[in-house]
Amino acid sequence: MAAPGATGSAAPAGMGAGARKALYQFGYARSIDQDVFAATGAPARHAVVVVGAGPVGMTVAIDLAMRGNEVVILDDADRIGEGSRAICFAQRTLEIWDRLGVARPMVDKGVTWQVGKNFLHDDLVYQFDLLPEDGHKMPAFINLQQYYAELYLVERIAELPGVDLRWRNKVTAIDNRPDGVRLTVETPEGAYDIDADWLIACDGAKSPVRDMLGLEFRGEVFDDRFLIADVKMTADFPAERWFWFDPPFHAGQSALLHKQPDDVWRIDLQLGPEADPEVEQKPENVVPRIERMLGHRNFELEWVSLYSFQCRRIDRFVHGHVVFCGDSAHQVSPFGARGANSGVQDAENLVWKLDLVLKGEADAALMESYDAERSFAADENIGHSTRSTDFIAPKTPMERTLRNAVLNLASRTQFARKMVNSGRLSMPATYPADLATADAEPFSGSARLGAPVPDAPLRKADGSDTWLLDELADGFTVLHVANGTAPNAVDGADLRIIGGEIFDETGQFRRRFDATPGATYVIRPDQHLAARFRHFEAQKVADAIARAKGRVPVTV
Amino acid sequence: MTDLITTTQLADPDAAYNMLVDAHRDLSETQSADLNARLVLLLANHVGDICVLEQAVALAKTEL
Repeated sequence: MAAPGATGSAAPAGMGAGARKALYQFGYARSIDQDVFAATGAPARHAVVVVGAGPVGMTVAIDLAMRGNEVVILDDADRIGEGSRAICFAQRTLEIWDRLGVARPMVDKGVTWQVGKNFLHDDLVYQFDLLPEDGHKMPAFINLQQYYAELYLVERIAELPGVDLRWRNKVTAIDNRPDGVRLTVETPEGAYDIDADWLIACDGAKSPVRDMLGLEFRGEVFDDRFLIADVKMTADFPAERWFWFDPPFHAGQSALLHKQPDDVWRIDLQLGPEADPEVEQKPENVVPRIERMLGHRNFELEWVSLYSFQCRRIDRFVHGHVVFCGDSAHQVSPFGARGANSGVQDAENLVWKLDLVLKGEADAALMESYDAERSFAADENIGHSTRSTDFIAPKTPMERTLRNAVLNLASRTQFARKMVNSGRLSMPATYPADLATADAEPFSGSARLGAPVPDAPLRKADGSDTWLLDELADGFTVLHVANGTAPNAVDGADLRIIGGEIFDETGQFRRRFDATPGATYVIRPDQHLAARFRHFEAQKVADAIARAKGRVPVTV
Repeated sequence: MTDLITTTQLADPDAAYNMLVDAHRDLSETQSADLNARLVLLLANHVGDICVLEQAVALAKTEL
């Protein structure tokens, strides 16, 4: 159980040496496990230990805690706020965080943009307007510095019983045993051991847990280096995403300008393989280049960092009782916002399964479906981000020629605009069919089997507004469209009746789900569609739920 | 699956070939490469069938 104040109090500590925009400092606090270990030499045992208090680790912990589990999070640092890092959070990620009660401050603080502009040299190749689809509670995406997302997650954790967040607790050794995991944890007051039934490694791309288990992180490492900078600018500048291919201020490379809250703009500059990172990072080299990019000098440099593209993953996400989640399992290039977003989506896929296993309602074999579904998603994300990278940083002169031909034609032809790839909006994965029940009858609409269900505005019987996603249960939901013979209840799921207790006055639900009277949808705890039928049949629904829990259905 | 058509579709093959050669005349090597790239993209979109493109790429890569 988290002691009150165990997460410390968040206070902006000002800017550190021009390197940081904001810094939230938390305190180390001694835990009772250390006293127990010191007194008896016996490690305390916990059901779940999460390593890493980043967006992914905290999402895992909050979701587990809201399902009634106790969780310990260990983090080797005691602060957040080293630059903006992940800045684009997609709709599905926001929907997950909304379910966990933390999306509101993010959406309030975050900014969105509608207009994107792509330039080749000095010329505007084309501009687009995203015009997001309405009828969703969450926006298509927001731009928000990662440190704000993390701060809101820390604040949410402080509200929840069951999460014990331990700063400056660094895991230094792991013994992955058949019945659980023993960890050695280093603190400012020395080391202690704890045991965990499950260890969830959310410790990032350089995952020490992965190294301690000796697991390979395989994939493609790109030569190009990128410099990213946060600049604060109060001058008038449109809230648009600008992307330059081969700009005059940065010949032969690419550049990106992206808006964040607090008048902070994110700048990504491709440096190419030959650039000297030390030289490029110096303010006397960075500032003039940004000045040429913005056309004025009315800005302050807040944070500069360097990175190279890597698209890598581990072979298996589950190793005995150690589960990898987020960047520790897979790393993608940042164009397309698939790092933090896919990590949060890993977390939601993992937690309901782990929760069922912890409660004895599913066999540990269900964890294999986490590996299968999120490996599939990781490959998809790596594929998309590799394509963006190839477009942004061509590897050969002829690749560059082809890329520039696309950009040249884009100003005159629609088909070429569709090929311009400066990063695609992150979309959630549609999982392969293992846990889903194949459609016996065809369905149209935007809802897809294996994908998260689309949101839709609904109305309650008392006349108040609600959203479909707000009406879904924490466990399984069976959504039934009233046709006069509605079931009274469903075993192992919450029943919601459209036209019985919630109403689809706008028709958005009907269109998105191709809903007809009697249509019945089985929705997993992570809001992915597991099965759908034109009519309610108790046995078929029960089989679909069993299948989604990893069991072989009674009848097929 | 549609097969890539490799028998002539052009009423006047000489004229078609000549048009391509003419397009490149007096261009630098870089300009020619740009022109070819744009042509490939325009024609690929016109074909509009990734299976046909796949066969074309495979055939074009023979003996490279």
